[in-house]
Amino acid sequence: MINMLIRRLGQSVIVLLMVALVAFIMFRFVGDPIAVMLGQEATELDREALRERLGLNNSLLVQYGSFIMRSLQGDFGISYRTGEAVSSMILDRAPATIELALFSGILATIFGIIFGVTTAINRRGVISQAIMTTSLIGVSLPTFLIGILLIWLFSVELGWLPSFGRSGAVEIGGWHTSFLSLDGFKALILPGITLGLYQMTLIMRLVRAEMLEVLGQDYIRFARARGLPMRKIYYYHALKNTLVPVITIIGLQFGSIIAFSIITESVFQWPGLGLMFINSIYYVDIPVMSAYLVLVSLVFVTINLLVDILYQLIDPRLSDAQTGAN
Amino acid sequence: MSLLEVDKLCVEFSTRRGLLKALNQVSFELEKGEFLGMVGESGAGKSMTGNAILGLIDAPGEIASGDIRLDGKSIVDSPETIRGSRISMIFQDPLSSLNPLTTIGDQLIETIELHTNRRGAAAKQRAIELLQKIDIDADRLEAYPHQFSGGMRQRVVIALAMASEPDIIIADEPTTALDVSVQAQVLDLLRSLCQAEGTAVILITHDMGVIGNWTDRVGVMYAGSLIEIGTTEQIIQAPRHPYTQGLIASTPTMAADVSTNLYQIPGNMPPLTAIPEGCAFHPRCPKAEQQCQLSTPSLVDQVACHLWRDA
Repeated sequence: MINMLIRRLGQSVIVLLMVALVAFIMFRFVGDPIAVMLGQEATELDREALRERLGLNNSLLVQYGSFIMRSLQGDFGISYRTGEAVSSMILDRAPATIELALFSGILATIFGIIFGVTTAINRRGVISQAIMTTSLIGVSLPTFLIGILLIWLFSVELGWLPSFGRSGAVEIGGWHTSFLSLDGFKALILPGITLGLYQMTLIMRLVRAEMLEVLGQDYIRFARARGLPMRKIYYYHALKNTLVPVITIIGLQFGSIIAFSIITESVFQWPGLGLMFINSIYYVDIPVMSAYLVLVSLVFVTINLLVDILYQLIDPRLSDAQTGAN
Repeated sequence: MSLLEVDKLCVEFSTRRGLLKALNQVSFELEKGEFLGMVGESGAGKSMTGNAILGLIDAPGEIASGDIRLDGKSIVDSPETIRGSRISMIFQDPLSSLNPLTTIGDQLIETIELHTNRRGAAAKQRAIELLQKIDIDADRLEAYPHQFSGGMRQRVVIALAMASEPDIIIADEPTTALDVSVQAQVLDLLRSLCQAEGTAVILITHDMGVIGNWTDRVGVMYAGSLIEIGTTEQIIQAPRHPYTQGLIASTPTMAADVSTNLYQIPGNMPPLTAIPEGCAFHPRCPKAEQQCQLSTPSLVDQVACHLWRDA
């Protein structure tokens, strides 16, 4: 277990360094940051001064090294567009995205598992057929369309939920949260559903396929012969055996939810990282883009590491295989 | 009154190709503490009989007619009242009968708490007792199935089946997946445990060697019907049904002359979709007569064969 952790940590660091290299190259070579920051009117003297201040006259290796060092300290430079420190921009907006991703991730996991198990148990039931058909829509409709349809139905026609923004967020110790006020929570519902719908259908279909396979196993038949109640067989014995692939997907999907909340955040004008990223693309705001890239890869690497640890906790055969125990 | 009475049991599957009779008028009794063997080829209906008793037949199959009585009370409509508690079942493959992600202790305690009054520490104590009975150390309670050998796993499965202190254990080819040496060990254990507790066993197998060594009585099945039943000695020494005679003749023995080929029954058992009219065995029967093609013999005087009716 410890060996595995050390090895995986090492691999994670290498991945992060590679991504940082790409981010750095982008930062250094896509466009001329000096021209973007100072504009056409600046004098050569001003340019040279800024170039020196940004360290652009040093050798590439030194620049990469100092990029890594600064990144480690949370210093991702200054936004070309707003002149703010990138780190404080990210810190400002991260809570909105993290809460949205958490909400839709939890929604997708809970309903994905419940629907997946239900449709696997009652394959030919009316409810299962209805869920399966609806899930096809969830998979095939693009996110922005789902978002717009939800806004039309629940905001325009019914007027139940706000159509955009993140009103009603409450500040607690520097963190703005939507979970603690009714208004804040209402604003979270539509973007949360929009962002989570695709993940939910994915999880549901995976759980269903895995359940169908596990339910045919001998230990399920033996569990029935032992007289265990079906509820316990389905939700404990069978579900537990579907978890390894399901957790992999949930983990990866959670990464995607954070990384690719761009569309949902645009549709709902949700003041999070995705919206910040898409705006910085419009303005070729390279420091923000490269910081976002590093951040997203950090999220993915961390989640993968957590998923690997969870594997070992769920399936004892994996850790035994690694230590060579019988 | 016998402990278990299976009375003219018919199990049918409605499929696209029509109605399949998986079990046809199967009747037998089981006495307390008795070891009853069920022998026959694959697909003869041995396992189906076991599954039917426990109510484990899934759609599109169903018990079409007949009755199953435990202590004289029908259990056909409420199998969940006896499943795992008064009658438990052991399956063929010990490697896959245990949930791989749960310790054997958890699986034992779960079964004990479900079927007995023991809870918590008392249930754990009982689990340890059961492990001792099957010669496994108490500290292996925390071990997972993959940390055991095949024979040990089948012993754990036996412990699980005994956990509810059942009246009957149905053992469906419990040793087919095991080495012959381990096979004897597991069956000896099953017999000694069941004799100590007075548990009756239905031992399903296709191995005449297992029948000869570990059963008191034997039922022979063919194409969904029980065609002969009797004490193990009767069946082996003086089989009456031509199929049973063929089965015995095709069993290798130490005394047999190795220079001659082992006897084999010509042909194959018909699939359930194409059971012949009359006696299901008549196309393969060396002694078949006219009436064997016309009417199906029923089990009378422990054998279902026209030839014995006249005698």
